Amino acid sequence: MSDHELIWRIAGGSGDGIDSTSQNFAKALMRSGLDVFTHRHYPSRIRGGHTYVEIRAAGHKVQSRGDGYNFLLALGDSFARNPKEGAYYGNEEIKPLSENLDELNEGGIIVYDSGLLSEDDVSELDLEERAEENDWHVFPIDLRAMAKEHGREVMRNTAGVGVTAALLEMDLEHIEDLMRDAMPEKILEPNLEILHDAHDMVTEEYDFEHDLRIPEGDHEDEQALLSGSNAIAYGAIDSGCRFIAGYPMTPWTDVFTIMSQNLPDMGGISEQVEDEIAAAALAVGASHAGVKAMSGSSGGGFALMSEPLGLAEMTETPIVLLESMRAGPSTGMPTKPEQGDLEFTLYTSQGDSARVVFAPGNIEEAYEQTRLAFHVAYEYQIPTIIIYDQKLSGENENVAVSFLDREPDPSLGSTLTEDELEDLPHDESGKFHRFQHDVENGVSPRSLPGQKGGRFLATGNEHTPAGHISEDPDNRVFQMDRRLEKLEAIRAELDEEHDSNQTYAGDESADFGIITWGSAQGAVLEATERLNEQGHSVKAVGVSDMMPFPEAELTEFIESVDQAMVVEMNATAQFRGLIQKELGRYGEKLTSLLKYNGNPFEPADIVEGYELNVDGSDAEPDAQVRIEPAAGD
Amino acid sequence: MSAFNAIGDEREIDRDEFTPGLEPQPTWCPGCGDFGVLKALKQALPEVGLTPEEVLTVTGIGCSGKLNSYLDTYGFHTIHGRSLPVARAAKLANDGLTVVAAGGDGDGYGIGGNHFMHTARENHDMTYIVFNNEVFGLTKGQTSPTSPKGHTSKTTPHGNAKSPIRPLSLALTSGATYIARTAAVNPNQAKEIIKEAIEHDGFAHIDFLTQCPTWNKDARQYVPYVDVQESDDYDFDIHDRKEAQEMMFETENALYDGTVLTGRYFVDERPSYQQQKKELGEMPEEPLAERYFDDDAEWERSYDLLERHK
Ligand SMILES: Cc1ncc(C[n+]2csc(CCOP(=O)(O)OP(=O)(O)O)c2C)c(N)n1
Ligand code: SF4
Repeated sequence: MSDHELIWRIAGGSGDGIDSTSQNFAKALMRSGLDVFTHRHYPSRIRGGHTYVEIRAAGHKVQSRGDGYNFLLALGDSFARNPKEGAYYGNEEIKPLSENLDELNEGGIIVYDSGLLSEDDVSELDLEERAEENDWHVFPIDLRAMAKEHGREVMRNTAGVGVTAALLEMDLEHIEDLMRDAMPEKILEPNLEILHDAHDMVTEEYDFEHDLRIPEGDHEDEQALLSGSNAIAYGAIDSGCRFIAGYPMTPWTDVFTIMSQNLPDMGGISEQVEDEIAAAALAVGASHAGVKAMSGSSGGGFALMSEPLGLAEMTETPIVLLESMRAGPSTGMPTKPEQGDLEFTLYTSQGDSARVVFAPGNIEEAYEQTRLAFHVAYEYQIPTIIIYDQKLSGENENVAVSFLDREPDPSLGSTLTEDELEDLPHDESGKFHRFQHDVENGVSPRSLPGQKGGRFLATGNEHTPAGHISEDPDNRVFQMDRRLEKLEAIRAELDEEHDSNQTYAGDESADFGIITWGSAQGAVLEATERLNEQGHSVKAVGVSDMMPFPEAELTEFIESVDQAMVVEMNATAQFRGLIQKELGRYGEKLTSLLKYNGNPFEPADIVEGYELNVDGSDAEPDAQVRIEPAAGD
Repeated sequence: MSAFNAIGDEREIDRDEFTPGLEPQPTWCPGCGDFGVLKALKQALPEVGLTPEEVLTVTGIGCSGKLNSYLDTYGFHTIHGRSLPVARAAKLANDGLTVVAAGGDGDGYGIGGNHFMHTARENHDMTYIVFNNEVFGLTKGQTSPTSPKGHTSKTTPHGNAKSPIRPLSLALTSGATYIARTAAVNPNQAKEIIKEAIEHDGFAHIDFLTQCPTWNKDARQYVPYVDVQESDDYDFDIHDRKEAQEMMFETENALYDGTVLTGRYFVDERPSYQQQKKELGEMPEEPLAERYFDDDAEWERSYDLLERHK
């Protein structure tokens, strides 16, 4: 049963412990040798409101949610109980069951808490009829009563996990171990009792007619379950970043929190400040004084950072900023992913400003590219930005522990020591020519305040090599060219010294191409596999280098196919625009598949988009995706 | 060995060291009060034993922001209103540095007002000099947050309907632990106050009255002024928050009545932010920036954090 997959969804109210329960269950699956991928769905509310977490587990690599799911554990939303008549957010108690039925696959399993979801509400759902139609196996179980019997009502999550394990014929060992690690003694005992009770009751009382069982799998190396935010934070820590400043905004808050919880114990500093302008300005100040520093935000907060971003460019102060996208414009949909801030991130800030932008496509890339972002920022004295989104931020995947065992990199890049400074030319008053002695790549190594012999003025105004404000035309052209030249040097380094940041799938000789970026990558790669299994000839590339753009690589890819489809999560085809701008052509060859309803692409959306695209069908796609035809069509 | 040997460098310092050699002559107008700040700083810094290389001056944008173009320390001329967050972080990153932030009244009390409030609240160990000339100088004379009520300019042709901001009171309620007002026309007092402010451990705010003869011809040139410490007419305890507050209130009203009161208004011993962070274990004892030059430093890796993810 090796291609057999479990896609388990636990649904309940926000604040009902769905997150921690699913996290532990995902780890148990990972420990049993499976590859896992988790997806979190939540409303913009702190408590109450229907939420779910989905865990996909299989004996092979999983890189997206997959299509639909096959096990629903509906706990009921305890915060929605006794709603006021007609209350705006009211009467959602049944939602964990009612809202989730549409995506449940044929043959799927439903477990719902008959102790919390009222019979009347359930009977309105025509559950029996639908179950028959779809061959669902329904288990109404009073999880609440089981929890109450040994402990407290909130422990019904544990009862649900016990039931799940029984129905899947899964060993309880890993689940128990994880509970022992996570729970204080006082609540551990009752939870273990509930777990076993639930498991035994189901095993004894029910015959399982369903086919779904725990998949089989095996890992060679020890695994860790990491979110995109974990991977970025850890990439930063391993890069020697010891200063972060920020202001909370979903979804960037995750990284900010992880860093704040760890940095002080590592001799670093974390600052929550008054706003995002200050946050980015602090990163600039700390870096100027000789520390590896970062900041970040999401759309609206990032907008405020455009000023300090420009300052970092003009003063050639290295910083790393994160842009964690959510659906916009304005406050948009705070808990929904979108890839709508690409153009904004590439071009925000005044003038011909230059920065480096990386868009990792999965958890491992998030780690790698964060490290690269620090390397490039400090080596080339330029702001680098990691653009990602709510999806990548919150989803979890297992990563081999050995993958993160990289040497720390505390290098400050192009920064001089006092000994080195001594040998360099200074002007009469002892000033060091900070913005002058570039050689091949436009980079002019810096000194740090407090160093002997390194005195200079950094200024956001145009300035001479010594840092004096200047509007001299020749100097202006020299300095501007020098700053821009760095981008070419960075492109050259990325091409020559690093394995490509782009991720490819499919057969090289395929005649149809799919191009995507950022977190849409997983679904695209999986869709590509499926299309090829269906006998199509498709290959795909997930692009991570947004700026400087990997011109040569993309040209080669597009040239090698008859037609290509650009897949991205926004309404205005921003990435396709970038490709056409950077390559100066291909308007006639690129179609777009767009999705901007707040939900990420799933492989089936892309398969469907491909079919409509290639068949030229007039049918409207039904997953709320949109096709933007090639120019001239 | 330290990577920052300029810090703590003890030697006789000639104040000419703070004067740039080949730099351009100041672009300030003749008679501008900004010269007074520059001069006072050039005198104060060597007198407190600082060398140009252990001082970082961080400025905003405005005529005032040019201060560090004409003062030969390590400098960062930032953007309008943002000197404080940059300065704060530099001090956190390397608290061996002496950090002096400066900017105009528009820069500091207008666009940078939020940062002012928070930097004072947090009591960062630094000196903040606001060049208060009651107008926007660099953008040609518009009404500023400290312009008097009724002030006419191109942006308030019918007179300013707003009451001026009260910088000293604002600093006090926000949490600054050293607050003074001085004036460019009083170089000796200015120098002494700057020295005290630099030596103060915490956020020292100086509202520095600087005349702008170009755009604020009507304004008093801050003479004659009265030093509240020197005068027998004023008696209050600068360590007493309440008395200081009353004195500030009087001073701020008087400024627009033609009586210019200057001097020290409040000094408090509350530990600096840096100190408090260190006590909480949120900031290393040694300057963080040193760590990057220390070959023996142990760099923790995220690998050590993976246990909780397994
Ligand atoms: C974000 C931003 N807004 C506006 C400006 C234009 N600007 C430059 S200086 C200045 C005001 C300067 O007034 P003040 O801070 O009082 O300093 P002064 O020139 O009087 O010393 C303004 C509005 C700017 N540079 N940046
Ligand atoms: S405009 Fe005013 S503030 Fe600016 S330099 Fe001239 S006198 Fe000084």
